[in-house]
Order: sequence, then structure tokens, then C-alpha cells
Amino acid sequence: MSASRLVIALWLASAAAWAGEPDATRQKELIHLVRQDCGSCHGMTLKGGLGPPLLPENLAEKPAEGLAATIYYGRPGTPMPPWKQFMSENEADWIVQKLMTAFPE
Amino acid sequence: MRLFLCFLLALLVNACAAPQLRGTGDLGLIIERAAGRVTLVNTTSRQPYARIDGLGDLSHASAVYSRDGRYAYVFGRDGGLSKIDLLEAKLVKRVIQSGNAIGGSISQDGRIVVAQNYTPGGIKAFDAETLELLSEVPAEYAPGKFSKVVGLADTAGNKFAYALFEGGEIWVSDFSNPRQPTTQRFPAGNQPYDGLVTPDGRYFLTGLFGEDGVAMLDLWQPDKGARKILEKYGRGEEKLPVFKMPHLRGWSVAQGKAYLPAIGRHEVLIVDVATWKEVGRIPVRGQPVFVMARPDGRQVWVNFAFPDNGKIDVIDTLAGQVTHAFEPGKGILHMEFAPRGENVWLSARDDNKVLIYNTENFAKLGEIAVDNPSGIFFTTRAARIGF
Repeated sequence: MSASRLVIALWLASAAAWAGEPDATRQKELIHLVRQDCGSCHGMTLKGGLGPPLLPENLAEKPAEGLAATIYYGRPGTPMPPWKQFMSENEADWIVQKLMTAFPE
Repeated sequence: MRLFLCFLLALLVNACAAPQLRGTGDLGLIIERAAGRVTLVNTTSRQPYARIDGLGDLSHASAVYSRDGRYAYVFGRDGGLSKIDLLEAKLVKRVIQSGNAIGGSISQDGRIVVAQNYTPGGIKAFDAETLELLSEVPAEYAPGKFSKVVGLADTAGNKFAYALFEGGEIWVSDFSNPRQPTTQRFPAGNQPYDGLVTPDGRYFLTGLFGEDGVAMLDLWQPDKGARKILEKYGRGEEKLPVFKMPHLRGWSVAQGKAYLPAIGRHEVLIVDVATWKEVGRIPVRGQPVFVMARPDGRQVWVNFAFPDNGKIDVIDTLAGQVTHAFEPGKGILHMEFAPRGENVWLSARDDNKVLIYNTENFAKLGEIAVDNPSGIFFTTRAARIGF
């Protein structure tokens, strides 16, 4: 890799980090967490269970920031726990962005 | 001579064509939650013998058995109810009975299969033979308000007990006349999350998420109403976040004591079943999900919610404490004991394996490759009430 290409690669990586996009390995971990562990209540296919469904049509009317805060801090008075010890705020934002479009398998 | 040869040949052909006879007592099934498949297993040979595909969304799926142990009824999350023949290893029938389901139960006489539903809330009764819909009881706890149903369990007299998550009530529906069930309602408490019937069929208990305590109904004396037990447990202490709801089914009674998962605490509660008072707590390494007794009650095995779901703690009920702790695999979701308890099977979801251990010396006996295994259900459940 030439020096200039390395610089560009590093710049792209830092830009991705700045935008809150987790790297590929971490994305895989988060997808697994959402499907399998959030899936305990919201269903593995996210169609809902004891917790509400999390498909794009269910979330369309809701503000993304509020949804990310629900993941990060939980929702007191309901069974929704805070997940902040397992992810960053950026990662919660990324999960919401994916849930609102099409969540990866 | 020619006739004799023909006779011999006929004997041989018959011998080859005759199906191999086997009983159902050593059979069972494993749910493959992501693949929409079940793996049929033999608990004596400890090997799979067939796989059945096409069962839909099997996250949180469970199974009950016909009285003879031949047929399994599998309840899927997507509302699918599938009847599987374990002897012929085939799907007999499948119906989509609701939009979002959470399990089911089978009546004492084995004729009625009842599914419990989240969407729409309520229970539905089916003919166990044909899966024809017989009747339904919508969980309408207030005009126009429907609740998710949790903790459905069969009890004596073809009755089913269950709890309403939003409704905060225990309902008992009598299906003696399966097309016209009658229902009794009892106030229970805030947010019941699961329920169970004691092994003798007498008490229905439902854990409360929204307040401290467990609601209990004496099914032999329902006129006395539901009461709360363990009310003082955890009072004034802040709960830990709950990353997975505990399961009360498969609960444990040993030596007159019941062992229950605490909610929001890293403890197993011990309750004296004569007085229904708390008599102890055992610290464990995470939030308990399943707290299951070996059939003889000598041990109680505990698995945990995320992020401790790779661990297993084994409580010795004589010692009253954890005497064996290990980490058998990733994502241990469920366990099932061999009928008389010498072995236990553990689902390691994220290792794509079911692991088999000797419960006496904890030696690993084998493993089966299974895609994202979750529930494991053996045919011995056919003979138990409350399943």
C-alpha cells in the first residue's frame, strides 16, 4: 500500500469512527445481540413478544434519538433494561438507524 | 420344495419390510430456533435420528406431548402450531393459529391442546387429534383492552391456569365442555411475567415483574382467591436490570422446598412449600433464568441471562449451596434432564451444539451438532401435570 493510499484509508477509518459507524466485527456482534438477546422479548424476527415489535413500520413515527435513549438508558417502569454497559451511545444510534431501515440478518 | 423356498423368501421379505418397533419413552426433540427446524433425538443412544424443517419462527418455541408420548405439539413464536409424529419422524399437521404466540399446554385427558397468545391476547383450544379450533378465550380484561397471556399451565379437570401481563390477573378456564369454556378471574398484581403449576397440580404461581412478590392461587380452593407470597422479598432494594425474563416452568421442589429464580437479583430463592415463606437465598453468578431440579431433587441446575449465559451453577440441595460451577459453552439457553436424572442435556445456542453431561460426576458424555439450539423437550413431559 502506498503512503498516500494508507493516509486515505486511515482518513476513511477515522471518518467512519467519527460518524459512529462500528467496524465490521463489532457490527456483527451488535446484530447478534439484537437478534438473539433483544430477541428474547422482541422476537428473533423483531415482530414483537413481551416487548413491542421493532420493525421499520413500527418505528417510523418515532424520533431516532428517543429510541437510542431507550436502548441506552432503558425505560423505567417497564421490563426494558438499560444496555449501556454493553455498548456506546454511538452504537445504540447505529442499532436504531439499522432498525428503522432494514435490520441485517 | 419350490413352495417351501417361496415360504422362506416370504418370511425374509416380511422380516425386511416390517418396521423396527420402538417405544417413545426415550425420545425427545430439540428446537433449532433460527432454522425453523426440530431435531428428533434418542436419549438412550444420545444421538439425533431425524430432522423436521419448515416450522416457521421458533424463537421462544416450546413443546408438549400427547399422553402416549408419540406426538409433539410445537408452539412457534409466529403463531404456528405443529403436530409432529416422533415414531414416523414426520410433520402430521401445521396450523397458524395467531399472530404472536408464547407457548401452550395439553389437557389432563390429552384431548385438548391450548395455545397462549400475545397478539391477539388470549388462549385458543384445539382438538389434539385434528388441530381443529374448538374455542377461544380472549384476554379482554377491561372493555376493549386485551392482555398478553403468560404462564399457561394445565391443571386437574381439563382446566388451564394462566396470567395476564397487562391485566394483572390470574384466569382459570374450564374446558370440560371444550366448545364452551367458562372462566374465573382473580386479581394477581402488577405485571405477571410467567407462571407454573406445582407438581401435585394444586397451586398456580405467577411471578410479578412490576412489584415484589409472587401471586399464588390454591386451585383446590379457588374461592379463597389469589394471595401474595414473598411480598417482603427485596423490599426497598433496587433491582438490577433484567436482561432476560426468568422462566418459572420446569421449576423445582426438593425436600419440601421450592427453588425459584429471583428477579433483578443474583439469587435463587428457597421457599418452604408448607408455609410458602422464604427460608433462604442462595447467591449465584448471574440472573437466573431456569432453576431446574434433577428429577430426584438432589440437585438444582441454574442457567443465566445475558451476559452470564455461558455459565451453569449446580446447587446441592443437601448442602444448600452451589457445589459445582462451570462454563460449558456460549449462550446456554435451556436444559432437560434424562427421565431419571442421570444425564442432563444443555443447549449452547452460540456454539451450535447440545452438550450432554453426567449429573453425578459432571463428566461430559457427548455432544450433538444443532443449529442455534434452544428448548429441549423429552417425552417424559407427557406424564406430568402442569406442562
